Amino acid sequence: MLNPQLNKNGELQHLLTIEGLPKAIVNHILDTASSFVSISDREVKKVPLMRGKSVFNLFFENSTRTRTTFEIASKRLSADVINLNISASSASKGESLLDTIDNLAAMHADMFVVRHAQSGAPYLIAKHLIDTRQSHVHVVNAGDGRHAHPTQGLLDMYTIRHYKKDFTNLTVAIVGDILHSRVARSDIHALTTLGVPEVRAIGPHTLLPGGLEQMGVRVFTNMDEGLKGVDVIIMLRLQSERMSGALLPSAQEYFKSYGLTPERLALAKPDAIVMHPGPMNRGVEIDSAVADGAQAVILPQVTFGIAVRMAVMSILAGTHG
Amino acid sequence: MKLHIKNGRLVDPKNNIDALRDLFIVDGVVAAAGEAPAGFVADRTIDAAGLVVAPGLVDLSARLREPGYEYKATLESEMQAAMQGGVTSLVCPPDTDPVLDEPGLVEMLKHRARSLNQAHVHPLGALTMGLKGRALTEMAELTEAGCIGFAQAEEPVEDTNVLLRALQYAKTFEYTVWLRPQDAHIGRGGIAHAGPLASRLGLAGVPVMSETIALHTIFELVRATGARVHLCRVSSAAGIELVRAAKKEGLPVTCDVGAHHIHMTDADIGFFDSNARVTPPFRGQRDREAIRAGLYDGVIDAICSDHTPVDADEKLLPFGEASPGATGLELLLSLALKWADDYAAGQYRSGGAGAGPLSRALAKVTCDAARVAGLAAGQLAPGAAADIVLFDPAARWTVDAQALASQGKHTPFVGYEMTGQVVVTIVAGRVAYQRKSGPVRG
Repeated sequence: MLNPQLNKNGELQHLLTIEGLPKAIVNHILDTASSFVSISDREVKKVPLMRGKSVFNLFFENSTRTRTTFEIASKRLSADVINLNISASSASKGESLLDTIDNLAAMHADMFVVRHAQSGAPYLIAKHLIDTRQSHVHVVNAGDGRHAHPTQGLLDMYTIRHYKKDFTNLTVAIVGDILHSRVARSDIHALTTLGVPEVRAIGPHTLLPGGLEQMGVRVFTNMDEGLKGVDVIIMLRLQSERMSGALLPSAQEYFKSYGLTPERLALAKPDAIVMHPGPMNRGVEIDSAVADGAQAVILPQVTFGIAVRMAVMSILAGTHG
Repeated sequence: MKLHIKNGRLVDPKNNIDALRDLFIVDGVVAAAGEAPAGFVADRTIDAAGLVVAPGLVDLSARLREPGYEYKATLESEMQAAMQGGVTSLVCPPDTDPVLDEPGLVEMLKHRARSLNQAHVHPLGALTMGLKGRALTEMAELTEAGCIGFAQAEEPVEDTNVLLRALQYAKTFEYTVWLRPQDAHIGRGGIAHAGPLASRLGLAGVPVMSETIALHTIFELVRATGARVHLCRVSSAAGIELVRAAKKEGLPVTCDVGAHHIHMTDADIGFFDSNARVTPPFRGQRDREAIRAGLYDGVIDAICSDHTPVDADEKLLPFGEASPGATGLELLLSLALKWADDYAAGQYRSGGAGAGPLSRALAKVTCDAARVAGLAAGQLAPGAAADIVLFDPAARWTVDAQALASQGKHTPFVGYEMTGQVVVTIVAGRVAYQRKSGPVRG
C-alpha cells in the first residue's frame, strides 16, 4: 500500500502521521527544529524560508492553542498565513470538505494545516490533492479525531531528546485517556520509532483502547506501579465531557487514582521529566505542585513546538534541507 | 415461446446436476433438461458452449433505494444491475423513505418492479412502525401486499420486550423475522471492527460482542416463541459459533453473510478508504476464515450481495462521516465464485466430500438463498420458473466503477480482477439481458 505522506522518492510530501515514518525523517525534523529554536531568541524572529508561500490553517475543530502555534511558526518562516475557522463558515453552509479544499487551492495555497474531528480527514485531503494533480500543495495534520497529532508527537520527542539526549535507554509512561487521545497515538509511534525500549500506558480500563500491546506498549492500570522508575511522564488532558458518565464516575475519583501528585512523581526516577500537551486541568490529571514544579517541562514543550512546526513546514515546502 | 439452451454446462445445485445438458423452456417454465420434450420446436436457440447454465441468482439483500433515496439509485438502474449480475430474484430491506411499514408502499414498489419486468422483487416489511422498535406493523396486511418477511434493517430493537412481542406475533402467522444481530448500545456510533487496527487508526470500534450479545438475546427469544428467524450478515467467528450451536440445538434459524465479508478484513481500510466503510464492519482475519469455513460446512446458509448504492458525495468524506455500504449486485456471482476458487476448491482437493466448488458456491446464491427466503426460485427442475443465468466461468474482468450499471459505484473491489462473467440473464423464459461485448461465445 502506498504511503500517502511520502513521495515516490521517499521524501516527506505531507505530514499525516508518525506511524510508518522512517526514523531518518523523524531525526531530520528534530535536527532541523534545533536550528530554529534560537531564532525565537533573536531580536528579529524571522527567517525568509517561506517568503511568498501561503499557509492555510484549516481548523474544522476549534483549537486556539494549536492554531496559534502554527500561525506563529508560519510567520517566523515569513509565510502568509490565512486562518479559517471552518466549523463556523463553509461547513455550516453545507459546503463539502473537498469543495472547500478546491476553492482554497484555486487561491494558490501552498500548504494546508488541517485540524478535523474525524480520524483520517487529512488523508482524504491529501488523496484528493493527488487525484487532482496538485502535488505541490502540502498537508500537515494538526490533529484528526483520535488518530494522530504528529507535530505534537514530534515536539514531545524534541523535548525528550533535549532533556534526555538518548532514547534507547528510556522508560516513558503516558497517563490518562489513551482511548480518545491522538497525542498518545502519535507519541507511541514516535517513541517506538526512535527506539525507546519501554513505553507504558497508564489508565483505567474504560480509557484504554484494545490492541495497545500490538503497538508495543506495556499497559498498567495502577498508576503507582506504572510510574516506578520511569524517565518521562506524559500526562494527557482529560476532556471535561469524559469526567462523568459511563467512562469515569467523577473528576475527583479520577484525580485520586490517576492524578499526578508530588508523592506519585517521587516513584519515578529522580530526574524524570513531566510533560503535558496542554491545556492542563489542574486538580484533575495533575497537581499544581507538579505542574509548576522543577521537573515539569510543559512550557518548554510549547516553545519547542514552534520550532518543530517551523521545521515540518520548511521541510515540506522544500525550502530547507 | 420455446427456448432451447444448447451445449451448456448445466449446474443446478438443488437437483445435484452438474453436467453438459441442454435445457428446454416452454412458456416461461423449464420443460426438460437433457432430451427435448416430444414435439419441441425452438423459437429461439442459445448456444451456451463454454458457459455455465445455472438458476438465476437469489440475492437476500439488495437495497433498491426506492422510495425515497432516488438520488442514490433508482429501480431502473438497480434492476439493470441485477440483470447484469445474473440476479433474477432479490429481497429488499424495508429501510426506504418512507419505511416499508404500510401495505400501500409495498404494493407500489411491487407494481413498479413488475412493470420493469426484470428481477422478481421480494420486499421485507418493517417489523415495527418506522423501524422505531415500538409498535408492530400490520404484518398480515403487509404479507398480503407481497412482503416475504419482516425486518428492522439497520435499526436494532432497543426494547427487548417489543422484540419478544414481535416474534410472538410473527410466530402466530408463521412469518419469518430477519434480524441483523447488533446490540442497540454496544458499538453504537462505531465505524470499524474493534481491534488493533481501529485502535491504531483512532476509529470508534464495533466490538464482536455487539453481535454475540444480540445473538444470545435472539436465540433466547426464539427458544421462548418458536419464531423462525433469519440472521442477516453475521460477521464474526464468535457469532458463527453461536449460530452453529443454535442450529445444533434445533432452533429454527438460518443465516447469511455479505459477499464482501468473505474476502475483506479491517486491514482493507488501509489509509481510511471510505469504500471499505460497510455495516457490519469488515472484521479480522480469523473472522473472515470462520466465514469461509462456515459457508463450506453449511452453518452459513447463503451469501447475499448486501447491495447498498451510495451517492458519490456521501463517500467523498472522512471515513467516519462517509455513508456505509458497497455496491454488490454485479459482484455477487464473482465474489461467490472467488470463494469457491480460494476456499472450497482447497477443501475439495483435500478430500472434502460432496459437490464440487462451483456447485457449492452457486448453491449459496441460488437454492439455499431461496430456501431461506421461502421462495420457489433457485432451481431448474422441470416445472420450475425459467429464471436462468448463463455465465462464462473462465472470463476475467476488472471492476470498473463507471462500467457498473448500478448507480452505486463504490466497492473496495474497484480495480480488482474478477472471474466469472454473466453473458445472458433469462427471467421467466425471456432473455432480459444479453451481454453486448466481451467474450460471448456461440
